[in-house]
Amino acid sequence: MPQFATAGPHGAEPFDHDHRPDTSAPRWGSRNDTTAWYDTFPWWAIVVGLILAWLAALVIWDAGYNRAFDRIIPGLWLTIRATLWSFAISCVVGLFVALARTSRNTVARNVARSYIELIRGIPILVLIFTFALVVVPEASAALGQPNRISTEWRAILALSIIYAGYIAEIFRAGIQSVDRGQIEAGRSIGLSRRQTTQAIVLPQAFRAVVPPLGNDFIAILKDTSLLSVLGVLDLTQRARQYSSGSFKFRDSYLALAFIYLSLTVILSLLLQVVERRLSPDREGAH
Amino acid sequence: MASMISVRDLHKTFGKDIHAVRGVDLDVDEGEVVVIVGPSGSGKSTVLRCLNMLETPTFGTIEIDGVDLTASGADLDLMRAEVGMVFQQFNLFPHLTVLDNVTLAQRKVRGRSKADANAEAMRQLTRVGIPEKAGAYPKQLSGGQKQRVAIARSLAMGPKVMLFDEPTSALDPEMVKEVLDVMLELAAAGMTMAVVTHEMGFARAAADRVIFIDEGLFVEQGPPDEMFDRATEQRTIDFFDKILAH
Repeated sequence: MPQFATAGPHGAEPFDHDHRPDTSAPRWGSRNDTTAWYDTFPWWAIVVGLILAWLAALVIWDAGYNRAFDRIIPGLWLTIRATLWSFAISCVVGLFVALARTSRNTVARNVARSYIELIRGIPILVLIFTFALVVVPEASAALGQPNRISTEWRAILALSIIYAGYIAEIFRAGIQSVDRGQIEAGRSIGLSRRQTTQAIVLPQAFRAVVPPLGNDFIAILKDTSLLSVLGVLDLTQRARQYSSGSFKFRDSYLALAFIYLSLTVILSLLLQVVERRLSPDREGAH
Repeated sequence: MASMISVRDLHKTFGKDIHAVRGVDLDVDEGEVVVIVGPSGSGKSTVLRCLNMLETPTFGTIEIDGVDLTASGADLDLMRAEVGMVFQQFNLFPHLTVLDNVTLAQRKVRGRSKADANAEAMRQLTRVGIPEKAGAYPKQLSGGQKQRVAIARSLAMGPKVMLFDEPTSALDPEMVKEVLDVMLELAAAGMTMAVVTHEMGFARAAADRVIFIDEGLFVEQGPPDEMFDRATEQRTIDFFDKILAH
């Protein structure tokens, strides 16, 4: 399986897919012949599970946590909406940036590279402020339009252009992981450059990028919490509002952590299922 | 009779320092089978890869069936459909079934209907002896089977020329014969072929001409028996001494 460095800004995700509780994977079970079961047992899953269970118990049975949860959870829909839109847009934009980045055209390659380096060289929070409070208003003014883009959409677009830069690098790695012989074989039977890319390179690249793309999906979900700085009423913003009004910081932020952790655990489990579905015919290329 | 392949003064350099091909002339008649042999790094694969422009020649002209590929504006995609290429590493498309491997270019390049492409694919798979594997994925095949599918994939385009770049070098020994048998059948059927290989048995059985290449130049060429037994150049004699030792 091709391995890429996680292109997300936070490095490894909390549920590292290399350490899933699949003890049948030989490289984990066979470090040496005397490895005992407790060396390969996924203790981390027990720890995370216990913490989740404890938080769930608090939220369900403790009146304070329960109240905080009720005040925060209405933000869930906005968080999900922002995640899905940002992921969709950044995948589309990221694919084109990656194609430009790997193209033979010098201008396209350098434009794409500049974009990626700019995005990756500036902290996400700074980019969000800059995009929502500087770029959008000034672009609107320059176009002579009243500033009609909602705060929510500014937030979504900010996250999209940021992650497009990260996801472009994932796609680039995926495209470049396809063996050169595949391209030669495609060209040698008469396919054009474009047909080869579409019918041969991209389908194989997509399989290779599912795991890192999934990681970035989870990273986007978590980074939607940064959008709260713009005042959109996502989970984090609602927790901030409730806690600053009630001074119940512990209730608010533990309930908030519980919601995010539940979401990311569910997503990473789903991701594993998707990866396994895709794996049967992706290896043994030649 | 006009040559099917006509190469004049072919040069290929890689970077500033590597001059892989240093002025090669080659004419291959229709239906002729030419085997190119030489030590590793001699430029034999580079010559072959220039013939369908997988490598762009640095200098020189290449004509296939009278069409100059090195002319600006030459339709290389169309030409490549006419020139089959079989690779050492097979290069089957792992995400497609055997049938789809063989129909992909027929449909996209030749514009054939799915039914026509499938029929032609099955015809070619039958020709190479594995019609029963049509629904399999490449990773489910042995090396010999993969290479035969690769040959079928090229044949399905109805090529005028077939190029083979060390087609049996990546195979386990027991699978070499099944691939060579297909190639022998092709040669007998009158296909124009240029083959880079170390299989001298194949050369003896099927080649009209064996060409010895060294350091980017054709050193000597002739019918296989003459080349193996009565070569005149010392480099050729030394080379065949080494590979025909057993």
